[in-house]
Amino acid sequence: MSAVTTTVQPTKRQMRKSAKIADHNPGRKLFGSRVATISVWLITFIWTVPTFGILVTSFRNKADIVNTGWWTAFTHPHFTLSNYHAVIFGTSDSGLQNGVLPFFINSFVITIPAVIFPIAIATMAAYCLAWVKFRGSDALFFFIFALQIVPIQMSLIPLLQLFTGGVHIGTLRIIPPLGIAGKFAGIWLPHTMFALPLAIYLLHNFISALPKDLMEAAYVDGASHFTVFRRIVLPLSVPAIAAFAIFQFLWVWNDLLVALSFSGGTQSIFPINAKLSTMVGAWGSHWEYLTAGAFVTIAIPLVVFFSLQRYFVRGLLAGSVK
Amino acid sequence: MSFWSENLPKFGQMFGAIAIFFAVLLAIFYIAGLANGRTQRPIAIVVFLGPALLLLIFGLFGPAVKTLIYSFKDSYGQKWVGFHNYHWLFTNQQMRQVLVNTILWFAITPIATTALGLFLAVMLDRMKRESIPKSLLFMPMAISFVGASIIWQFVYNFANPGDPQTGLLSAIVLKFGGHPANWILNGPLNNFLLMIIFVWVETGFAMVILSAAIKAVPADIMEASALDGASGWKQFRGVTFPMVRGTFIVVFATMVVTCLKLFDIVRTVTGGNFGTSVLSNEMYSEVFVRFEQGKGSAMAIVLFILVTPILIYNIYNLRRERAIR
Repeated sequence: MSAVTTTVQPTKRQMRKSAKIADHNPGRKLFGSRVATISVWLITFIWTVPTFGILVTSFRNKADIVNTGWWTAFTHPHFTLSNYHAVIFGTSDSGLQNGVLPFFINSFVITIPAVIFPIAIATMAAYCLAWVKFRGSDALFFFIFALQIVPIQMSLIPLLQLFTGGVHIGTLRIIPPLGIAGKFAGIWLPHTMFALPLAIYLLHNFISALPKDLMEAAYVDGASHFTVFRRIVLPLSVPAIAAFAIFQFLWVWNDLLVALSFSGGTQSIFPINAKLSTMVGAWGSHWEYLTAGAFVTIAIPLVVFFSLQRYFVRGLLAGSVK
Repeated sequence: MSFWSENLPKFGQMFGAIAIFFAVLLAIFYIAGLANGRTQRPIAIVVFLGPALLLLIFGLFGPAVKTLIYSFKDSYGQKWVGFHNYHWLFTNQQMRQVLVNTILWFAITPIATTALGLFLAVMLDRMKRESIPKSLLFMPMAISFVGASIIWQFVYNFANPGDPQTGLLSAIVLKFGGHPANWILNGPLNNFLLMIIFVWVETGFAMVILSAAIKAVPADIMEASALDGASGWKQFRGVTFPMVRGTFIVVFATMVVTCLKLFDIVRTVTGGNFGTSVLSNEMYSEVFVRFEQGKGSAMAIVLFILVTPILIYNIYNLRRERAIR
């Protein structure tokens, strides 16, 4: 999902102020608060039950899963860790010889560079567009913003051709084949490319709002753009960078399309999410493996999400990261 | 033993790539930093903006142009065929189903997610201790569409009549005296079941953004309207909604784009079978399964055209905002 987030970014002070006043505002808080509480909790319950269902199921044995609904597990508690054992370490029956651990590692190996690279490149570009103004820099910013809506599917074939055949104009070869299809680099690079429009947009919002006096003082003192970037922009942008890092981490970890297309069918470099999607067919109605596999896959993003939620929300609220 | 010999080198590759990346950056920074006087500015622009522009041109802009060209060529990208691919797309019997489904998704899911998100945001604003339900409602955002598909396939699971129904939906239908069906196979209902997964994933996003917008409505305005006797629905319609309309439209636009680009849900739950395919899934199948590059490209262009009005609206807004700033 490439979010096109804009507008209505309240400053934090405003939010705090309105929250404080709201507590003393009968029209806002008390009226209908019971109806509100009940309806919110009801929807929250409905929202959580499906996930909870597979969590419970992943701890039940096969016979129980087939014969009774997971909701009966509370009246006849009987839980096992064997599904997780089979999925993580592999058994002949689960169809995973070595379990999911190699794919779990692949996910980290794919995700970490695919978060770092676009952030570094986007921060540089955002600084340039915001503070080293030149003719057409605004138009360029809108052009980059517009690229957010190019469907990734459009890029798959041309990029694969670039990786395997290089770029030609007529018969003249201007870029040699990169030869990275089916390698980790062949997944890092597309992720970096696809992340840039949103990353530049979000970071530009933040960096362009840095205090003008501070920047100008530095330039007057003779600091070069490189010094300003390293000494002032980078340290001050840490909140925005962190917010986007979480966003990108979740996006890459959860991605299926890029992983499937650019691994060139080389299953040994599949991230765990892509592996899981191929196992869905193989496991068919083996719900004991599917549920445990699903939970292993979503465990890391859930941990990241719940522990860093505050920063993630800040990232989504784009401009309010001030 | 073999596990480590296979997997340790992966980390080597990862750290190696990161180290090289930063080494190159630092080297360029150092060399470029030596320049001074008049050359400093242009060099800075090239160094800061160059990498991003190169990647964007090769990764997104170039491919977009290429796709446009391919959409007027045959399956192998050899001969020009004019508007043949587009003609096929809008007249083929099987494609009609795909187009109808795409329009259904387009018409239902963005408004459903945004409206439900707004409802939740308003309700959350009126209750105490909102953080726990907020987190739980937002949680599906962290779950991949593949994971979400498994979660919901389990809800929609169906066993043959006579066997115990372990899917939640089947069990509930049975409890109320209905007859559970093989949900995923039955059109057109299955389309709506897939949409529910989308709504489940995306509502939290809409809620969080709209909630922030509602919190930003100045308290004195709310207070004044409350003193004037406005409350509940009246206050929402007269005060809250007009104040957050801008955000509402932005969230809605984001949902439209997400919904049109959607790929994973349809791919993992049905693979586009049983009359559930949508354009974004079908174009992947055309290109990567049936090797019909021309037709797949035409679909991509149609999708792109559908999203363009939203893009224009967003840029219009962004420019206005920057003008104010």
